[in-house]
Amino acid sequence: MEVEVSQLVFYLLSFVIIISAIYVVTLRNIFHSALFLILTLFAVAGIYIMLNAEFLAAVQVLIYVGAISILIIFAIMLTSQLANKQIRQSNEQVMIGIFICSGFLLASLGSIANTVWRIVEKPLPENNTLTMGKLLMNEFVLPFEIVSIVLLAALIGAVVLARKEGA
Amino acid sequence: MLQYLALASILFAIGIFGVLTRRNTIGILMSLELMFNAVNINLVTFNKYIGPDNLTGQIFATFVIVVAAAEAVVGLAIVLLLYRNWRGIEVDRINLMKW
Repeated sequence: MEVEVSQLVFYLLSFVIIISAIYVVTLRNIFHSALFLILTLFAVAGIYIMLNAEFLAAVQVLIYVGAISILIIFAIMLTSQLANKQIRQSNEQVMIGIFICSGFLLASLGSIANTVWRIVEKPLPENNTLTMGKLLMNEFVLPFEIVSIVLLAALIGAVVLARKEGA
Repeated sequence: MLQYLALASILFAIGIFGVLTRRNTIGILMSLELMFNAVNINLVTFNKYIGPDNLTGQIFATFVIVVAAAEAVVGLAIVLLLYRNWRGIEVDRINLMKW
């Protein structure tokens, strides 16, 4: 019974993800597609919870839904003429795009189905957040520091790029 | 496990389609975020089903999220700069560095 409920939740979440992702790439109004992007990111956070990654789900909601999508919406409001609906949003490569992405999809689904996976039936470590914190502070402390430098560089780079000339 | 991998492949394919066909630069950035999410789903799935001894996959997914945030910040700053200079952000009009 429990397995069936989790299956049902998974199919519901993937339905939401796929439909809203298709809207993200095809809608004509870029602002609406940003709103559907937020819906997609929320559903991906649900998938993380189903995969026992609670910390990652919280990070997803905080960073993607809370920060990146707000940033994207700000950029849309600063740049696009939303009132002008006549602007074409897709180029003339739609047929080639469909061809390439369905080719990729076929290749990857085929290789997923044909690979023999060595599945390990073991539960993940208890107390997800505690384990991740310990890993970040012991084994992965060097990438942790490097990624903070990357964030600092991105911050300074964004300020330098967006500043007006001569100001 | 296969269903999660299939979901990630479909999401990645949709992202590829968006990157190839959007004219708006912000649209391309949004499709890139979709592809990052597909990769993260893959990492977390492999963490749960292939290597459940520690949480390396989830750590890696966290780093992917952080780098994606940095990428979005720099990308949107470049988009603002383009808009200031060109009065538009359609990628087929931006050909300054095209040979």
